[in-house]
Amino acid sequence: MYRYLLIITMFLLASCSTEQEGSSTETKKDNFDRSVMLQDWADGIIIPGYEVYLEKLDALRQSFETFSDNRNTETLRHLRTAWESAYIQWQHVAMFEIGKAEEIQLRGYTNTYPCNVAELLESIQANVNLELPSTRDAQGFPALDYLINGLAVSDELIMAEMHANPVYIEHMGRLISRLQSLASLVYDDWTDSYRDIFVENVASSATGSVDKLVNDYVYYYEKHLRAGKIGIPAGVFSGTPEEQTVEAIYSNKLSKTLAIEALSAFQNFFNGKPVSDGYEGVSLAAYLDYLNTIKTGADLSALINAQFDNARNALHELNDNFVEQIETDNIEMLEAYDQLQLNVVLLKVDMMQALNVRVDYVDADGD
Amino acid sequence: MLMQMETDRNIFKSYINTKTEAAPLAAFRFFFGALMFISLLRFWLMGWIEKLYLEPDFHFSYIGFEWVKPLGNFTYLLFIICMVSAILVSLGYKYRMAIIVFFLSFTYIELMDKTTYLNHYYFISVLSFLMIWLPANTYFALDAKKNEQLRFQFIPRWSVDSIKLLLGIVYFYAGLAKLNPDWLFKAMPLKIWLPASYGLPLIGDLLQKEWVHYAFSWGGAIYDLSIPFLLLFKRTRTWAFAAVIIFHVLTRILFPIGMFPYIMIMSTLIFFEAGLHKRILRSLLRLGGSDPDYFENGKRMNIEFNVLQKLKMSVVILFFTIQLLVPFRYLLYPGKLFWTEEGYRFSWRVMLMEKAGYANFKIVDGESGKRFYVRNDDFLTSFQEKQMSTQADFILEYAHYLRDHFESQGHQNIEIYVESFVALNGEKSKAFIDPNLDLCQLEPSLKHKSWILPFHENH
Repeated sequence: MYRYLLIITMFLLASCSTEQEGSSTETKKDNFDRSVMLQDWADGIIIPGYEVYLEKLDALRQSFETFSDNRNTETLRHLRTAWESAYIQWQHVAMFEIGKAEEIQLRGYTNTYPCNVAELLESIQANVNLELPSTRDAQGFPALDYLINGLAVSDELIMAEMHANPVYIEHMGRLISRLQSLASLVYDDWTDSYRDIFVENVASSATGSVDKLVNDYVYYYEKHLRAGKIGIPAGVFSGTPEEQTVEAIYSNKLSKTLAIEALSAFQNFFNGKPVSDGYEGVSLAAYLDYLNTIKTGADLSALINAQFDNARNALHELNDNFVEQIETDNIEMLEAYDQLQLNVVLLKVDMMQALNVRVDYVDADGD
Repeated sequence: MLMQMETDRNIFKSYINTKTEAAPLAAFRFFFGALMFISLLRFWLMGWIEKLYLEPDFHFSYIGFEWVKPLGNFTYLLFIICMVSAILVSLGYKYRMAIIVFFLSFTYIELMDKTTYLNHYYFISVLSFLMIWLPANTYFALDAKKNEQLRFQFIPRWSVDSIKLLLGIVYFYAGLAKLNPDWLFKAMPLKIWLPASYGLPLIGDLLQKEWVHYAFSWGGAIYDLSIPFLLLFKRTRTWAFAAVIIFHVLTRILFPIGMFPYIMIMSTLIFFEAGLHKRILRSLLRLGGSDPDYFENGKRMNIEFNVLQKLKMSVVILFFTIQLLVPFRYLLYPGKLFWTEEGYRFSWRVMLMEKAGYANFKIVDGESGKRFYVRNDDFLTSFQEKQMSTQADFILEYAHYLRDHFESQGHQNIEIYVESFVALNGEKSKAFIDPNLDLCQLEPSLKHKSWILPFHENH
């Protein structure tokens, strides 16, 4: 009889562990429905975000065509505005490095800064293949920043450079095409197939969509928003300010806008809005509130939102141009960093514990 | 008085001389070796040797074992040695040598980096150490097959009982550790863990309910405290074993717990009477085309009480004394055990807390006041960083590593401070280490770490 008991055990063990992997999307009543949250993320925020981003890139393309046909300071200014508006929209999708975006390293090819100008100039002459990983720091928005804003100190002088080197204009076209094709790849993948894969993967393991995206999301906040936009330029990790690493450094006025936009986009994702009029969507904040009804701890979503607001206020205090801010008063820059830093603890420690999402790590055994 | 001592002595002596069937221990040895081989192979195939031992530049050490480090590509050889010895243990071939090599190689692997510490691994080390002293190769073993002198159907009873005692300690102490307010009255950390398994068929919804969290907490504590006794008695044994299966299968479904449930289910079989083990081993022998009664020679293993034997007994008694005492060493430290983790390890404290942390290291030039922060992922894997950020001994060891690193880069007058926050069992995160203390001034030791900030409950 014991032998049968053993056999039954083994069967149980085997069947249970396979069932877990293929969890389905049955509707649950009393349960927080992660699949609704995933749907709202995908349909309400991520896919529309890429849609608008692609529109902005199209507008950038058009402005570029106009500029290319009529090369003067006025068309240059239009081109610049279109570049700014695409760059701003990029901040809304930069945090979703998952699926195709992760595979093709969308963020790395789109916005690695500072731009390596020497390499950029070289690659312009050599017409280098932009798919090479080594060209990552010589393309995307930062490279366009240099060509649109950084060639000379005034628009007249920039135009003079352009006239002298028409290859710059050709290369701008290539850079914009590259941005478009990268973004299209990701958008098409979301709309073709990845959306369903993403929404259906409700597993609560390290490979489930919620775990993966939350990990990516918090990683983006820590590395790209907090460190990339503020911490590294302010010298937090090096001891000396590194103003040459400010985002959109040649534009003289965009760095603060981009930082605030990124923070707002980040907070909007946290709160899950806007999906459509009147419907805020199921979000991380809502999920935390649901879990709090079980464990009655601190009101995390309120704490995190308050800290987002503190950080935004601190950012508003800064000079529009972070380079000037760092050169005149780096302390204020560091204070803004501290405000962003406080939410790293709340997001990475408190939120991830409450969600029981494990920080990405080797999928080792537990006790 | 003297007479009482004399009778105690006699009881002890007659217990030591009591014999029992060798089959349960032999079956235990066979399955233990096989499961160890599978576990190590799985570890390898998961790519964990590479990820846990070869990729990191830096490894966290146990005090006194700083010299135990991964061996580069020879680490694979170490695993091969450990796996081969596991097979030899299973087959009972050159058993004494095999189990010693297994114990040493397995323990070496565990000592290489304390990031990977698990009670389960410690259990394997401790168990294999005990097995060095047991006659597990007298039955259903190649040693006993080859050498008739080594073949015994009956062995000293204490050798089988010692495995039961060790298992009893593991369960009972794990149960004792659950008798704490967080576990019993807040259902923590199960309240955090269980709702995440919402996707499970049948029980997914139930796992959202508060009463279920309490039921699991109390049920788990009662299970751990009672199961050794329920397994001891014949009348309750079958039911107890069913409980063992249900309990460990549940943990296997709910938590990423690896091979441990299988090891425990296999281990508790030793509580059964020899008939079961004989049936299993005989069918295995029949499968192998051997005579199923081959080891049934009716011979009893008699022990001469010589110096060697007495020494052996003393080692086993000392071993159990240490096992009984070590889990209580936490009483020597002030402060909340879950917060400081002083005296936490090696005590069968399993699944008791959910901890997450964040540690931000500031490097300061003591003379110029120039400062910068460290990016932990420049030095640590995310797994190491996770473990480091919640445990004070890791934080100090890492700080010293950072000091050596930046000194070798030419920095001078280095002071290192840490801003750290830890969230324990769903409480809001709190400051963990004194941020105003230069960690370079502290030395790693087993003394109380007064630089851990006190834990204040929120409610």
